[in-house]
Amino acid sequence: MLVSAAPEPTRAPATEPTVVGQPVIEARGVRVRLGASDILHGVDLRVHRGEVVALLGANGSGKSTLVRSLVGVLPRTAGSVELLGAPLGKGVDWRRVGYVPQRVSAQSGVPSTAREVVSSGLLYGRRLRLPGGWRERTDEALDMVGLRDRAQDSTGELSGGQQQRVLIARALVRRPELMILDEPVAGVDQPSQEAFAATMRRLVDEGLTVLVVLHELGELAPLVTRAVVLRHGRVVHDGAPPAPSPGHALAGHEHVHPHDDAPTGAVPQADTGLTS
Amino acid sequence: MIDELAYMLTDPLMQRGLVAALLVGVTAPIVGTYLVQRRLALLGDGIGHVALTGVALGWLVGAGMGLVPQDELAIPGAVVAAVVGSVAIEIVRERGKTSGDVALALLFYGGIAGGVLLIGIAGGTQSNLMSYLFGSISTVTGADLVLTVILGAIILLVGLGLRSALFSVSQDEEFAIASGLPVRALNIAVAVVAALTVTVAMRVVGLLLVSALMIVPVAVAQLVTRSFARTMLVATMVGVVVCVAGLSITYWRPWSPGATIVVLAICVYAVVAVLRPLVVARRRGRQSDPHPDIPDDVELAAPGTVPAQDGRGTGGGPCSA
Repeated sequence: MLVSAAPEPTRAPATEPTVVGQPVIEARGVRVRLGASDILHGVDLRVHRGEVVALLGANGSGKSTLVRSLVGVLPRTAGSVELLGAPLGKGVDWRRVGYVPQRVSAQSGVPSTAREVVSSGLLYGRRLRLPGGWRERTDEALDMVGLRDRAQDSTGELSGGQQQRVLIARALVRRPELMILDEPVAGVDQPSQEAFAATMRRLVDEGLTVLVVLHELGELAPLVTRAVVLRHGRVVHDGAPPAPSPGHALAGHEHVHPHDDAPTGAVPQADTGLTS
Repeated sequence: MIDELAYMLTDPLMQRGLVAALLVGVTAPIVGTYLVQRRLALLGDGIGHVALTGVALGWLVGAGMGLVPQDELAIPGAVVAAVVGSVAIEIVRERGKTSGDVALALLFYGGIAGGVLLIGIAGGTQSNLMSYLFGSISTVTGADLVLTVILGAIILLVGLGLRSALFSVSQDEEFAIASGLPVRALNIAVAVVAALTVTVAMRVVGLLLVSALMIVPVAVAQLVTRSFARTMLVATMVGVVVCVAGLSITYWRPWSPGATIVVLAICVYAVVAVLRPLVVARRRGRQSDPHPDIPDDVELAAPGTVPAQDGRGTGGGPCSA
């Protein structure tokens, strides 16, 4: 566990100031079963216009499963999801929703340029062909993540952080009102994390609503208005952003204590997004 | 030499063959680009196996109806079986992973074994069978050609007209679903187009080598391109060149057209692979490491000393110990 579930006592009415507008995400009793195991046991989640909601929890708590079921990638066994007031499906105005999946490091078989990947964000719902001026819009989105000069480069030639920024540009290119991001900064280099936080700050100022899966609040901490913490597929906290668990202070955390397994060279895999 | 080429081009048999080869050379790599991108490079192979059963069923029905050329229904049979088979494969793929693998294997082997068995029952000979497995461009009739042109037009219409949408689902299916795109319909479109390509290419290279024409030109193109659009274009050019050149060679040499075309394509791959480092090294000279220069996370030991064992790469890993 990287975050404690206990809300800060000083900010008592945690639910009160968060009601900013009508709900853009409304999930009730979402259950998801993958293979033989139940991952989510009836999760309720409501995100209002203008909110920046961080979805936190340990590995395996169901964060990614929840956002993936919210956008229809994973089937639900029970519960309902509404995006922008319409039940998940054809009725949703997909132009207003931008989704950033977790980056898969494996390259697809055929090389594709950053511009090509970003341009696919201009297709949604029944729109199966690129609109006029797609090139300019694509370059604009790449500019927002600081990669305009790499538009013609194959994504395979970009670093992991830059590939992640390409995926963010792909979601931004349709100018969404709601963005759903799945671990956008996991394994991303520091300059990319800072560029990402700066971009998000500007968009949130312009009124973007955000649901973001995070391992640590990190660079986004000042933006987050509410945190939802999952544990074993259940919501255990919904309110003010919690403080990190003791021993995991965000800055200046010196990792000094010795590890017994050191001489064998078997270094345990770090499972956090805090890589820098 | 010029005379011989002129002779070749006036031969009606060769004319039909060249038109068919040209169509295959254009369409197969276009479909192949999508298949390679979705890591389904061997899908064409599987559809080819299933199509043989369709050919055989066409024979059987033709024989039962007493049609005069017994193989009149072979190509329509192949079209039906290939489309049904490809949609079945797509459904299996969508459902899951492990069990799907075995289901696909059953479909492939069942398709080829069933085809061989049924063709025998319908009164076909070994040479009939061989002509479907390895191609028989010399038997392309006018009616075959018309059907080939129609199917080729459908493939081009879907493969090029829906290019952006097919790119999106092939490149990142999860994102396509989360964009509300009709992902299942698009996936089935790719599968059906692949099935049609198999039947178009059947006469030229045969069912067992169909997949090579979809995949090898794309593999060649990938060596030298960095965009999807360019890969498709280069693959198509390679496809056309090897199909037309390979077929032309067999006008003078008594070689199997299908095998000649595929061997030619693989030779092109080998040549490009050997020459590639010369081209790519020059182009990418400007930067090899895309990462920006940032300070190291760990303190590096001075040269010559043994590095500390607990110098871990991350600053804040879980302190489970």
